[in-house]
Amino acid sequence: MLPRYFYNFSTFMSMFPHNYLIYGADVSIVGATALIIFVLTYFKKWKWLWDNWITTVDHKRIGIMYILAAFAMFFRGGTDGLLMRTQLALPNLHFLSAQHYDEIFTTHGTIMILFMAMPMLIGLINVAVPLQIGARDVAFPYLNAISFWTFFFGAMLFNISFVFGGSPDAGWTSYAPLSELQFDPGPGENYYLLGLQLAGIGTIATGVNFLVTILKMRAPGMTLMKMPQFTWATLITSIIIIFAFPVLTVALALLTIDRLAGAHFFTIAAGGMPMMWVNLFWIWGHPEVYIVILPAFGILSDVISTFSGKKIFGYTAMVVSLAAIAALSFTVWVHHFFTMGAGAAVNSFFGVSTMLIAIPTGVKIFNWLFTMYRGRIRFTTPMLWALAFIPTFVVGGMTGVMLAVAPADYQYHNSYFLVSHFHYVLIGGTVFGAFAGIYYWWPKMFGHKLNERLGRWHVGTFVLFFNMTFFPMYIVGLMGMTRRMYTYPSGLGWTALNLIETIGAFGQGASMMIMAVNIVRSIKFGERDVTGDIWDGRTLEWSTTSPAAEYNFSVLPQVTSVDEWWEEKKRGVVRPDHATFKPIHMPNNSGWPFLIGLSFFIAGFGLVFNWWLSAIVGALGIITFLFLRSFDYNTDHYIPVDEVKRVEAAAGR
Amino acid sequence: MARNRKILRRFSWVVMASLLLTGCSTQIPVLQPQGPVAQQEFGLIEWSFFLMLIVAIVVFILFGVFIYRYRNTPNNKAPYEPDMEGSRKLEFIWTLIPVVIVLLIAVPTVRTTYALQAPPSTAKTDPLVINVTSAAWKWVFQYPKSGLETVNYLVIPANEPVQFNLTSVGPMNTFWIPSLGGMEFNMPNVTLGLWLQADHPGIYLGRSANFSGVGFEHMSFTVKALSIPQFNTWVSAVKKTAPALSSAENNQILYTHGLSPKLTFSSYPSTTATGTAGMSGM
Repeated sequence: MLPRYFYNFSTFMSMFPHNYLIYGADVSIVGATALIIFVLTYFKKWKWLWDNWITTVDHKRIGIMYILAAFAMFFRGGTDGLLMRTQLALPNLHFLSAQHYDEIFTTHGTIMILFMAMPMLIGLINVAVPLQIGARDVAFPYLNAISFWTFFFGAMLFNISFVFGGSPDAGWTSYAPLSELQFDPGPGENYYLLGLQLAGIGTIATGVNFLVTILKMRAPGMTLMKMPQFTWATLITSIIIIFAFPVLTVALALLTIDRLAGAHFFTIAAGGMPMMWVNLFWIWGHPEVYIVILPAFGILSDVISTFSGKKIFGYTAMVVSLAAIAALSFTVWVHHFFTMGAGAAVNSFFGVSTMLIAIPTGVKIFNWLFTMYRGRIRFTTPMLWALAFIPTFVVGGMTGVMLAVAPADYQYHNSYFLVSHFHYVLIGGTVFGAFAGIYYWWPKMFGHKLNERLGRWHVGTFVLFFNMTFFPMYIVGLMGMTRRMYTYPSGLGWTALNLIETIGAFGQGASMMIMAVNIVRSIKFGERDVTGDIWDGRTLEWSTTSPAAEYNFSVLPQVTSVDEWWEEKKRGVVRPDHATFKPIHMPNNSGWPFLIGLSFFIAGFGLVFNWWLSAIVGALGIITFLFLRSFDYNTDHYIPVDEVKRVEAAAGR
Repeated sequence: MARNRKILRRFSWVVMASLLLTGCSTQIPVLQPQGPVAQQEFGLIEWSFFLMLIVAIVVFILFGVFIYRYRNTPNNKAPYEPDMEGSRKLEFIWTLIPVVIVLLIAVPTVRTTYALQAPPSTAKTDPLVINVTSAAWKWVFQYPKSGLETVNYLVIPANEPVQFNLTSVGPMNTFWIPSLGGMEFNMPNVTLGLWLQADHPGIYLGRSANFSGVGFEHMSFTVKALSIPQFNTWVSAVKKTAPALSSAENNQILYTHGLSPKLTFSSYPSTTATGTAGMSGM
């Protein structure tokens, strides 16, 4: 026997207590919750919160709630990132234990993709798309609220994991068999499975909702080829969601059945196929990264066109390349595991199909550049984000092509080279694009601008520290450093670069504080948007008031061109005559979506711990509320003409 | 043509190196291949990097020129055409150029993908085979020809292609020796092959690149490449001096979660590693 050679790993870990961090987080959660409850009670805001936000079906308010939740998740995921960077600042640190580090990189990845990037973009889609197409709401406003509350409670379920029972620790990719009970017996992985499943319901519903909204609810005259680029991007993203997310649903369900009911879909024993999880995960996972990049592309197209004072260059090519990227996104998933022995033919196919994505993406980059050509560029904060995007995304894209070279990928796979690549495209693409959208549509959401000076500081410092954090990762990757190492030995030449990365990460954190200050400060001091068109915009959202009235448009616009509002301004704006107003048909607020989301949460929390009572109570809640809703006939109302006249007059129209 | 390409490749190497901090240049194994597999992969890395660099430079130049020339200042004399809608000709050009670049990368990619899958032309008819099993959290190397086993270190002959058969008795790992070549997965219930060769005797570092649980960081191993006579000497020394591996010890190594120092055995039990997956030592 060999006992002398082995030492128990858990004793090894317990030498480095990490619980003080968790306790600190627990205290801050309890404190923040108590503070929120106190403020709401003290200022008697409970009813306001319920009537205006929790029960709302207004796409603009739902969008704002998505964005708020996404910001909260951004700070949570960002804190995870800073903890990781602190741990890796120098070799052999014991700031975090291995277990704690593993939980944190898992939550960092999962939260940033599913609970930050997606809701941030879905929030912007909610805010802007119905306004861009001249609609009064989405096709299914009630379903939209269901989407939000299932996402919200999915995110909450995922986030309470570190308070109750421990967080998932198998990576955001959650590869079987590591994620199976045999190797991961705690409740953490169940949180991952059920939290994502719950949020996924909302995402699929969002895909359906916006597909129908864009196809059926465009203002008269707006043909498909007269839609703004962001609307096009949303349409195509919705289609990807509808095809990709059911795969995730199935994969999560199978692994949940393995873990809760003892099945063997992905186990080592009893004929399970761990690699099938990998396939299913990436058949969803690769389209998923396009779900978070295409809306950002759409935002950038609108922002670059607006602030260059010029039509988008090559409208048709931009649309075709969006569609091409969407189609190709389903044909490349094996490039996430070239090194799993699929054979030369398979690797060749998926390598080349991946490279093909560079073609439509290249077309987009050049079309953006030539949108600025012979334009008049205004360097506003949204435009600065768009400008920061172009070179950053090119670096991410070119390393993406390098990763597509299958034999070379054998050297990059799972290394920091890969980590750097996907941060360049996800931050340089998705986050920069989302920030461009946030600064761009902020006046439309809240009626005032964010401060431009602070905005410029935010862009400048963030881009600087972003590169400082992630560029060295390309090099340490080639030096042999792999992702998900909780520490590393000295003497390999990794130390200096890791230290630079850590400093950069804290710089990014500080940069985000500038944005936070900006948001708070602008509530009081931000420039008011009295015209509804503070940027001299081109598309229909700028033709209505900021923030837009509940009904968006007093009279639905007639569309004749892509840049409809720009053309109307050239012709001379004619405000609708109050005499032409008609009563406006709008959906009623509803509390059911919140209650259904809450029931899902209770059911999910029960399943995490195999507490069947809680699971049954939650399931009964879902069924009951669905049942009650189906007998709720009071679902809509008309806004009388006088009310519309009053609101329009108050806005000076 | 070939000469030009060589110069271009050298240029790209200079750029790549200049991006790196001074003093680290001796420790970038992926860029300093020590065997033919790593060499071929490095060739593709250089080539794709160089082509991508051209694209990036073109974009950066246009980007810089445009944002300077078309900035919105009162005295800017540059033309302003707000209604410009596009240009078929230009768009055709920047669709065609990426197609050409993709072809230039795709052809060598496919060729090398096939080349690396097949046994190298220099492989002996009876090559050295090493069975690599990843367990939680250690590397087990079995040498079927001589019947010996090592844990967490690997000894190979230099200048000879070695065939690795990779599998796992637990979570997935990848077997990666960046100086010698790229990685391949160790997966349960599956055996994957990988050919690697060291050009010179030396010591290289290997590591798992796929997260496999709390001890993952410790899944590194040393690779000692010896000249062929020295390798044979090592084999016979192990056969003479090292203990045999009992069945019980074997199970403990494979199925008890924990770390292990370097171990050496003159023989190992004949049961297959993957047949006993139910024996988790949790």
